[in-house]
Amino acid sequence: MRLEGNAWKFGDNISTDHIAPGRLFHLRSNLEELAKHVLEDADPEFAHRVAPGDFVVGGNNFGLGSSREHAPAIIKMAGVSAVLAKSFARIFFRNAINVGLPVLVCDTDQIAAGHRLAVDLTTGTIYNLTQGIQLSSPPLPDVMIRLLADGGLAAHVAKHGDLMVE
Amino acid sequence: MGLTLAEKILSQRVGHTVKAGQIVIAPVDVALTQDGTGPLAVRQLQKIGLEKVANPDNTILYIDHAAPSPRRELSNDHVLLREFAHKTGCRLSDVGAGVCHQLIAENYGAPGRVIIGADSHTCTAGALAAFATGMGSTDVAMGMALGKTWFRVPESIQVRITGKLPVGVYAKDIILYLIGMLGADGATYKALEFTGDAIATMPMAERLTLSNMAVEAGAKVGLIASDTVTKAYLEEQGRSGDYKPLSADEDAQYQKTMELDVSSLEPILAAPHTVDNTHTVSDLVGTPIDQVFIGSCTNGRLEDLAIVADIMKGGHVAPGVRCIVVPASRQVFVAALQKGYIETLVEAGAIILAPGCGPCVGVHEGILGDGEVSLNTSNRNFQGRLGNPQAFIYLGSPAVAAASALTGVITDPREVLNHAAGR
Ligand code: SF4
Repeated sequence: MRLEGNAWKFGDNISTDHIAPGRLFHLRSNLEELAKHVLEDADPEFAHRVAPGDFVVGGNNFGLGSSREHAPAIIKMAGVSAVLAKSFARIFFRNAINVGLPVLVCDTDQIAAGHRLAVDLTTGTIYNLTQGIQLSSPPLPDVMIRLLADGGLAAHVAKHGDLMVE
Repeated sequence: MGLTLAEKILSQRVGHTVKAGQIVIAPVDVALTQDGTGPLAVRQLQKIGLEKVANPDNTILYIDHAAPSPRRELSNDHVLLREFAHKTGCRLSDVGAGVCHQLIAENYGAPGRVIIGADSHTCTAGALAAFATGMGSTDVAMGMALGKTWFRVPESIQVRITGKLPVGVYAKDIILYLIGMLGADGATYKALEFTGDAIATMPMAERLTLSNMAVEAGAKVGLIASDTVTKAYLEEQGRSGDYKPLSADEDAQYQKTMELDVSSLEPILAAPHTVDNTHTVSDLVGTPIDQVFIGSCTNGRLEDLAIVADIMKGGHVAPGVRCIVVPASRQVFVAALQKGYIETLVEAGAIILAPGCGPCVGVHEGILGDGEVSLNTSNRNFQGRLGNPQAFIYLGSPAVAAASALTGVITDPREVLNHAAGR
């Protein structure tokens, strides 16, 4: 599967408080509304200007902090096709797979804001079309590939009636 | 070759030896959500027509984050949780009972249990040698319904903590110091295993503070072997039957070992806006503050309130400063009342709020104004955490918080701890 869009660049340690702030706690049962504020505390313009297919590009430890699954869920709802970062916080990474948001680890120093990117999810290859360079990301663990293929964890359990990942 | 504590707990629960790096499906002994993550968990189960829980007595929906509710959207979320508990027979911990992780320690945490929670600080119960870890709503929802979940068995970092803590220095200072050393992602995907003679003599209240903040270095769990302190704590909670000895093997393989002698450790604070931005108190002394928040799953326990009452007794909160105190649970609140701590704190000008998360996550009860500064005993100082991205948060121990509340500027608690015993 090939994804294409523009890069939105963020720094290191983008927390789930940047992505889905606690002051908007009352919107957690209204994800459409919450998605209008996605990443607001890191870049107030982002939610208004992100185009379907665009990429969120972070530095180290993207998604640290709380376990709120609402964070990857609203990034996906905003139309973002994947998140690329040098590294991810553990719970965010697992949540992203569960909600069906692709996450790729790569050297994001090679990507600047506004660069045109294409991503081949099957090979994990990232093409920086603006720079004419190629980046690679390590493959996801088998269990996560399985969950993604089923459309996320809830869909996996609905399909098999059980957890079938061992 | 021996097993780490993480490997040992998971091996016992899956029924055969497992090692770091393996993917396992483990039974879930205790599952929890809170009012920020519970509604999504409930809806995920409703969506796939799986509105049931495998183990109702050990599945708990806590209402602690926005409690009492400040607005109707959140009240409606609470209604949804109460209805789900009623329908499935699982437990509901309602407004005023306290913070989920404190209540898990009091009522459910025990050596060898697998605990999953839709809250990142679920790792707190690692202090009781439970494999306790935070996950998202969907993971916990499926764990609740199926009674099992998948894990990657983590590699462990052994943290050997030795020496005797000086007066005025606490577990909070140790963990802030360690996070400063490790960095906010220094233990990502790993287990932290705290050991050493400083741990052996450390009371459970302090151990819970250490394990609570393991996730601030990215760790999956923050484990402490069970021992006489664990046994005594469980007895105190009326759960002596839940005790069993559990520790890592002598010849366990660690990814690395860190050594920390705490004999000359100073009070440590985290400065805005990351937990690994740590400094000794002397670097920050004199920084003006507008608010102090004493509470949370990190430092809202009776022992913390004792330290705070000791420092604030007979004094008064500095003019222009709000000092908000939130007991972590009803049990803590009642004991603090009986011991007179609450009276001391109210007389000193503190504001006491109902047991729960209080202002910790920026939903209500202590939102900061633009440019304001708060000193918190909680675990996170991320931008926006107290409800305003234009505000600034420092993290420190209850002693630092109490001393600073009296002066209105960041203050070294060792200057005001007026009796030698101190702690
Ligand atoms: S007290 Fe703070 S950190 Fe602890 S569970 Fe509540 S919001 Fe989370």
